[in-house]
Amino acid sequence: MIGLTHYLAVAAILFTIGVLGIFLNRKNIILMLMAIELILLAVNINLVAFSAYLGDLTGQVFAMFVLTVAAAEAAIGLAILVIFFRRRGSIAVDDVNRMRG
Amino acid sequence: MITVIAFYLFATFTVTSALLVIFARNPVHSVLWLIVAFFNAAGLMLLLGAEFIAMLIVIVYVGAVAVLFLFIVMMLNVDFAALRSGFTRNLPFGILIALVLLAEMIIAIAAHKAGPVTAGLTPNMVNPQPNIVALGELLYTRFLMPFELAGLILLVAMIGAIVLTHRSRGDARGQNISRQVDRKSSEAVRNMQPQSGEGMTL
Repeated sequence: MIGLTHYLAVAAILFTIGVLGIFLNRKNIILMLMAIELILLAVNINLVAFSAYLGDLTGQVFAMFVLTVAAAEAAIGLAILVIFFRRRGSIAVDDVNRMRG
Repeated sequence: MITVIAFYLFATFTVTSALLVIFARNPVHSVLWLIVAFFNAAGLMLLLGAEFIAMLIVIVYVGAVAVLFLFIVMMLNVDFAALRSGFTRNLPFGILIALVLLAEMIIAIAAHKAGPVTAGLTPNMVNPQPNIVALGELLYTRFLMPFELAGLILLVAMIGAIVLTHRSRGDARGQNISRQVDRKSSEAVRNMQPQSGEGMTL
């Protein structure tokens, strides 16, 4: 029988893969954004699994909100990426030093 | 039995395709593996009885977000080989961090039974209503305010993305509405009485 622990383990592995992706692709910001999407997907699996096993729909409502924020974040992130590429002709994260931050 | 097989199928495919997202050499392949991961995660949600979230993942993630990524990857002419230069240098440290994180989370999962969360062994799916009906009733009553705020977030994101990427081109001829409204018939129309065989000047 598949228990809550199985779903939590899948979500934990997915989260770890996302974090690993951010660590490994330190220069490619598109892949970093994709890794963030994976992390948010892991969070969603966690929320929905707890919601199903506790019999409380609130988790699914919050999974929807996470989905909303993920979509908004992807749109804004890719828009920033496009204007950055227009200015500099590259998307390497190391080149982002215009504001000397 | 069939749910066990389906769970392991979806879980294996999700994890494998997530790994391939990170390790694929071609970013277009990364996006395609991301789509596979989203589909299998939607399958996991279906197994949990969350049909609406599963469909939402397919529509929003696969239909919008992944296609957006695909557009950007194909539109920008980026030298992706150069961006991979630090990959092997970061690999040992990254895997160490990932293993520590994973071990922490697995310990936390194993310990959650000791805490106050006492989840049942089976998914609690004795709801008399369908999932989408129950979710809609909850969303439009108790969570109405957060729901509207989520819509506002999407509006702000949409306007922000348009404002960020919009550039005014000099050669485009736009509409000048006040000039159009201010036009009078005396400047626009001329009475001509051409002689026969002379034609008109426009």
